[in-house]
Amino acid sequence: MLHPLTGLRNMAQEDPNVIDQPEVMKPRMVSIEISGKKYDVPEGITVIKALWYTGQEVVRGAGCLGGFCGACATYYRTKDDPKVRTCLACQMAVQDGMSFTIMPPFPARKATYDIQTLKDPKQDLFNLYPEAPLCRNCNACTEACPQKIDVREGVWKAVFGDFKSVSEMFMDCVMCGMCTPVCIADIAPNLVALYVSRAQGAHFTEKPLGLDVRIKEIQDGRFNDEWKKVLAMNEKELADHCATVK
Amino acid sequence: MDIHALQQIVHKTRDARRKQALPKFSPADRDQLIHKYHPDYRASAYRPIRFGPNIDEKTVVELATLLEGDSLIQDDVDLTPDYTTDVLVIGGGGAGCAAALHAHGAGAKVMLATKLRLGDSNSVMAQGGMQISVAPEDSPVTHFLDTLKGGHMHNDHDLLKTMVDDGPAIAKWLIDLGVLFDRQADGNLHVKKGGGSSKPRLLTCSDYTGLEIMRVLKDEVLNQKIQLLEFCAAVELLSDENGQCSGAIFKDLDNHRYVVVAAKSVILATGGIGRLHIQGFPTSNHYGATGDGLCLSYRMGAKLAHIDTFQYHPSGAVFPEQLVGQLVTEGIRSEGGHLVNAKGERFVNELDTRDVVSSSIIRECEEGRGIRTMSGRVGVWLDTPLLDVEHGPGTVEKHFPAMLMQFDRFGIDISKDPVLIYPTLHYQNGGVKIDTNSETNVKNLFVAGEASGGLHGRNRLMGNSLLDLMVFGKRSGLTAAGRAGSMKQGKLTVQHLQRFRADAKKHGNLSNVISPMVLPAYTRKES
Ligand SMILES: Cc1cc2nc3c(=O)[nH]c(=O)nc-3n(C[C@H](O)[C@H](O)[C@H](O)COP(=O)(O)OP(=O)(O)OC[C@H]3O[C@@H](n4cnc5c(N)ncnc54)[C@H](O)[C@@H]3O)c2cc1C
Ligand code: SF4
Ligand code: SF4
Ligand code: FES
Repeated sequence: MLHPLTGLRNMAQEDPNVIDQPEVMKPRMVSIEISGKKYDVPEGITVIKALWYTGQEVVRGAGCLGGFCGACATYYRTKDDPKVRTCLACQMAVQDGMSFTIMPPFPARKATYDIQTLKDPKQDLFNLYPEAPLCRNCNACTEACPQKIDVREGVWKAVFGDFKSVSEMFMDCVMCGMCTPVCIADIAPNLVALYVSRAQGAHFTEKPLGLDVRIKEIQDGRFNDEWKKVLAMNEKELADHCATVK
Repeated sequence: MDIHALQQIVHKTRDARRKQALPKFSPADRDQLIHKYHPDYRASAYRPIRFGPNIDEKTVVELATLLEGDSLIQDDVDLTPDYTTDVLVIGGGGAGCAAALHAHGAGAKVMLATKLRLGDSNSVMAQGGMQISVAPEDSPVTHFLDTLKGGHMHNDHDLLKTMVDDGPAIAKWLIDLGVLFDRQADGNLHVKKGGGSSKPRLLTCSDYTGLEIMRVLKDEVLNQKIQLLEFCAAVELLSDENGQCSGAIFKDLDNHRYVVVAAKSVILATGGIGRLHIQGFPTSNHYGATGDGLCLSYRMGAKLAHIDTFQYHPSGAVFPEQLVGQLVTEGIRSEGGHLVNAKGERFVNELDTRDVVSSSIIRECEEGRGIRTMSGRVGVWLDTPLLDVEHGPGTVEKHFPAMLMQFDRFGIDISKDPVLIYPTLHYQNGGVKIDTNSETNVKNLFVAGEASGGLHGRNRLMGNSLLDLMVFGKRSGLTAAGRAGSMKQGKLTVQHLQRFRADAKKHGNLSNVISPMVLPAYTRKES
């Protein structure tokens, strides 16, 4: 039996191994607002697909389409709720009454530095980002973060020199920048955290000794004999040899 | 049925499955499986290319059409350069950033142009990790052999040896820039086992390896004040009177104007082809993965290698619909996650190579042991909760925060419920043929990263791509920079286009499309 709207076979009745998805069987159009303009789109498609659906060319506002690059930072509000929230447009489904706008690029200041030659990275933080210690604890950045990072806490930890915690907390940061326009102290928390994480990696993390050993082994030609043997093999010998590697 | 009801079979059979050890396929069985089920062997999806450097070789129809496509650029184009540079890097993913940083570090004047923003790429999404033989029981030779086996012995030996030998130095470079790789208690790099590898060799930054590397490289590109041209898509290369590469023409996607860049060398780092949706597959790739570099190089006369083989990652999401095609990281299988069919059975050793695992999933589904969704998709279960059972509660949350969040947004807790997966178009195994300095047969045209070909043979081993990007990004950058001092800027012409068009005419005609594609046409034209 073909479904009148979707043209799909009504498999649910014929095959027990089919997941119930009423929204697929009875697709529903919902009304949304994109940058203040009303459109009807199928319920449940992602915000970014809603843009394509309504005929918009998307250049800015789409990047990885997988929730990792932060290009699609979006403000949205759901029906009758005054609260404006944030999301990644490629990872969020539309619902009836939703209104949204893609966030334009925000001109935050990024400090420039040479991470490797920093003398005192914890002190340098205050030269590079003098605004960082002026956080007024409003928590707006944390509320704005679609990755659920406790951004405010991160800013304080950075200022108090706990670089390790910051680097762990911000591993999820997709650099969408949504924590920045909301900051009343003009801090760009993600950029502060990026600096701190890099400093943590370059200056405060033990160097892996085994890695240096391996680099030296390669330079000293420790594997040369094995290479000679392998590279001299004909196709068949090589295939047989590969098969012995377990 | 309700999805939770269908999932019960996975929970019920878990204990029995844990006791079971599945052998890998014998080489003969594996070949048979792949020939029968892998999309690379679907003859109807392929056709010969009619002209150009790879004339008469077969590739998928989608790519052949673009390779035979016409350029936006006509002979009367104004080639007065808007910018002049030593090294022009095209593409802002991992390979592009690595190339730009090394060329800049070697003293060259560098410009990096990219289609979207710096870093919007496949590279940011790499979750599984990066293969480098750092463990004492491992070696570059073992890495070489594993990769060769994974690539069905078709890998270019010189490229491969170069990559595995350069690997450890790359890890050091990244660590010195501040990349936070996972560590063991003794401070050494933690290594995980990846599919198809005989030794644990994957360096990871939890499940954000690509994101972490890209955050750092992007920041470094900005700190080094490398000249950037964002939202500019390369639409044609430039050649001098000897056919050597001398720059590129971009289309500024904001104001639709052409931007002409004169360069002593060009490094193409434009990544893969997922957004061509070959054979109708969904894809894990970024918005700009449209194979532009292949078309641009092909018209210049660069030869392509292994462009008949693509990687279909075994675990693309099938449910919910919003996540279709997006990757469910291989890390889940590396840590012991089972693949389970509708009858609650395992059907493949989950750590076999991607082509084998993908083929076996397709087999299960074609033979009716898949689970279907009402939108007409089909898949098998990936037993994610098993990881918490096996390694202790909280394992999924701790090791796969990115994936947990991805599904949590749609109300699915992957630490409690298995997820439905099916192969997704993931990687272009081949690409533009390069030498060990990443240069093509067209002088001063370099190609680095996924756009290049030869290294991975007919199937890329998981985690080898991130290393490929860094190694050949570096080599192309250093070689191009090293050359800049002693050479003059070549003339700017589009003579190669005249040649290409004449060649097309001789063999029929150009296809009816303009290439490169630049962005996929997802915008609905009418309602
Ligand atoms: C979801 C996912 C997960 C992965 N996981 C892993 C993993 O765990 N380990 C691993 O080793 N590999 C992994 N891979 C593969 C690996 O990430 C890619 O092969 C690799 O990132 C490609 O890097 P690249 O620099 O060559 O291309 P990309 O990173 O894709 O960058 C290409 C760049 O070129 C730009 N561009 C394209 N066309 C043009 C044009 N015409 N003009 C200007 N710019 C252009 C793009 O916008 C982009 O910035 C994964 C891939 C995906 C998609
Ligand atoms: S910390 Fe800021 S930039 Fe990072 S994900 Fe959260 S809101 Fe986005
Ligand atoms: S928004 Fe700014 S001021 Fe408010 S808590 Fe965050 S960093 Fe502090
Ligand atoms: S497009 Fe990259 S996070 Fe949405």
